[in-house]
Amino acid sequence: MPEPVLEIEDLTVRFHLKRGELTAVDGVSLSIQKGETFGLVGESGSGKTVTARSIMRLIPIPPGEIANGAIRFEGENVLDKTDAEMRELRGQKIAMVFQEPMSALNPVFSIGSQIIDALRTNLGMNKQEARERCIELLQIVGIPSPERRIKSYVHEFSGGMRQRVMLAMALSCDPTFLIADEPTTALDVTIQATILELIESMIERFHMSLIFITHNLGVVAHACDNIGVMYASHLVELGTKNEIFRDPQHPYTIGLLNSIPRLDTQKEFLTPIEGLVCNMLEPPAGCKFHPRCDHAMDICGREIPQMKEIAPGHFSACHLHEQT
Amino acid sequence: MDASAPANDILLEVEDLTKHFILHGDLFSKLAGEKAQTLKAVDGISFHIRKGETLGLVGESGCGKSTTARLITRLVEPTSGEIRLKDEDLLAFSTERMQEVRKEIQLVFQDPYSSLNPRKTIMQILSRPLEIHGLVDSWVEKRERVLELLRYVGLGIEHIDRYPHEFSGGQRQRIAIARALSVNPELVIGDEPVSALDVSIQAQILNLFRELQQEFDLTYLFIAHDLSVIRHISDRVAVMYIGKIVETGPADKLFLDPLHPYTKALLLAVPDADPDKPPPKLTLKGEVSTPIDPPPGCRLCGRCPVETKICGEVDPELVEVGDGRHVACHNL
Repeated sequence: MPEPVLEIEDLTVRFHLKRGELTAVDGVSLSIQKGETFGLVGESGSGKTVTARSIMRLIPIPPGEIANGAIRFEGENVLDKTDAEMRELRGQKIAMVFQEPMSALNPVFSIGSQIIDALRTNLGMNKQEARERCIELLQIVGIPSPERRIKSYVHEFSGGMRQRVMLAMALSCDPTFLIADEPTTALDVTIQATILELIESMIERFHMSLIFITHNLGVVAHACDNIGVMYASHLVELGTKNEIFRDPQHPYTIGLLNSIPRLDTQKEFLTPIEGLVCNMLEPPAGCKFHPRCDHAMDICGREIPQMKEIAPGHFSACHLHEQT
Repeated sequence: MDASAPANDILLEVEDLTKHFILHGDLFSKLAGEKAQTLKAVDGISFHIRKGETLGLVGESGCGKSTTARLITRLVEPTSGEIRLKDEDLLAFSTERMQEVRKEIQLVFQDPYSSLNPRKTIMQILSRPLEIHGLVDSWVEKRERVLELLRYVGLGIEHIDRYPHEFSGGQRQRIAIARALSVNPELVIGDEPVSALDVSIQAQILNLFRELQQEFDLTYLFIAHDLSVIRHISDRVAVMYIGKIVETGPADKLFLDPLHPYTKALLLAVPDADPDKPPPKLTLKGEVSTPIDPPPGCRLCGRCPVETKICGEVDPELVEVGDGRHVACHNL
């Protein structure tokens, strides 16, 4: 069994808000192997971004609080690290790409100076080395004539090009682990296709592991090896790409797959998941999905189902599995 | 819908519709003697929608699909072209007549957060169009009608005195749809009405659109960038690229056998939620070029895999290729 790069164990993240206490992530456990691309899917508010940000310790505390659990990166718990150690980790091992490159990059500095800054701070390069490395990075991510574009500002780039700059920035410190939080959501499909290709070639070239957060099932179907499905703060299903798409076990995963319109067939009506996502400030007792679930039983309203291994490596958290 | 249907079936006809925005630039560029530029948002598009049909308008950001919606509702005045609603020239209407005609064409916007007034209750939001168009005589009648509208979209009496912020995105979109229906329109234009919604909710709203269409015999112009949504909802589809329609045709045919190189590329770029399908890839070179002072010839020039010399010189016309399909390409 190869050593996992990242292990999240029983992670619980709460936010203490004026309106009440909100549990954004509740008892999530998962592990990512070296070289693996892990897709974390779920709808808005399901807790996927908070999970990812916890890895980088980017949760604002307060109002946030990592109430429970451990996040082990290369065997060390990041939650025990000092701020200085965290900075080093963020600068050299783990990188993150966000949905909105416009707000993740500084508008008043040229993109070159931002990447050069990162290289000098994190890797201790001198100005000349950093500049050369920066041009090389921009070349890798497919920015045309990087020697000139190094002086450009974020607003001078299109959405796809901005995301390329973000990726160059993320690559700058030779990370072994990349967190991509909805990196293609704001992009048009044709541009999304090129960015997905770029990410794939990057992880191959730099032997990175990747956690890919998205709500787009089409994207995970192609970009990821393993997939975790989140619903209302819980991880409800975990398995390989083929298990999730061919043999989904959790009623929510099944519902989600049924509700997307397909390109190759046309039906008169789609099969949506009825009802609405629960209010996270007053979540229902038991399984969070039971108010919308067709198979809900008495026990679902009382007890939170635990993850059960259906097949080796394929987990699902549903009381239905206990019966059979 | 087949192509041989009688012409009087046509609810909306758009011919050579054009909207150019003149960009004057800032003071410095004026002082430097730079000429004003022209942004050709919509550049001579023609299409029609038959009664009871759904026309899907698809394209990437900036291709002019939202401008098209605004032109049809005359929220933006066109530079040139014709818009005929039931054989009447919409652009010749006076402001008063247009006000009346707006009842026939209603819009549902993308963002249900900014399209509903946060200070008004649902009762107020839904009764306003009824008052403006004089569709109800008494308060009792108005309330009855609002309740009826809420019922159509799957909401109830318990929602009537609430404010928009008390609703989720999907519910707000239901309210926006109820508001569009309140005046008994013939044509409903949805401008990315499901793009901001999560997939499980998106499916509910798409089903609602279809149910309402069947119940009230509505005609839809459905604008979206998501190809699978367009495929699902549309009878016919028009594909736009930088201000031009490059291909139109029945949804089945267009999706199974795309003819225009841009339509082909668009379909290959969509990641299908099926790991056995080929991964998304881009068959075009470079990025979308700008609609500001575009060069002569086909807009896809420089990106197209099948381009020839003529493409850079002559703008291809949208020509019929049989089966109710039209394509604008020199190299079919």
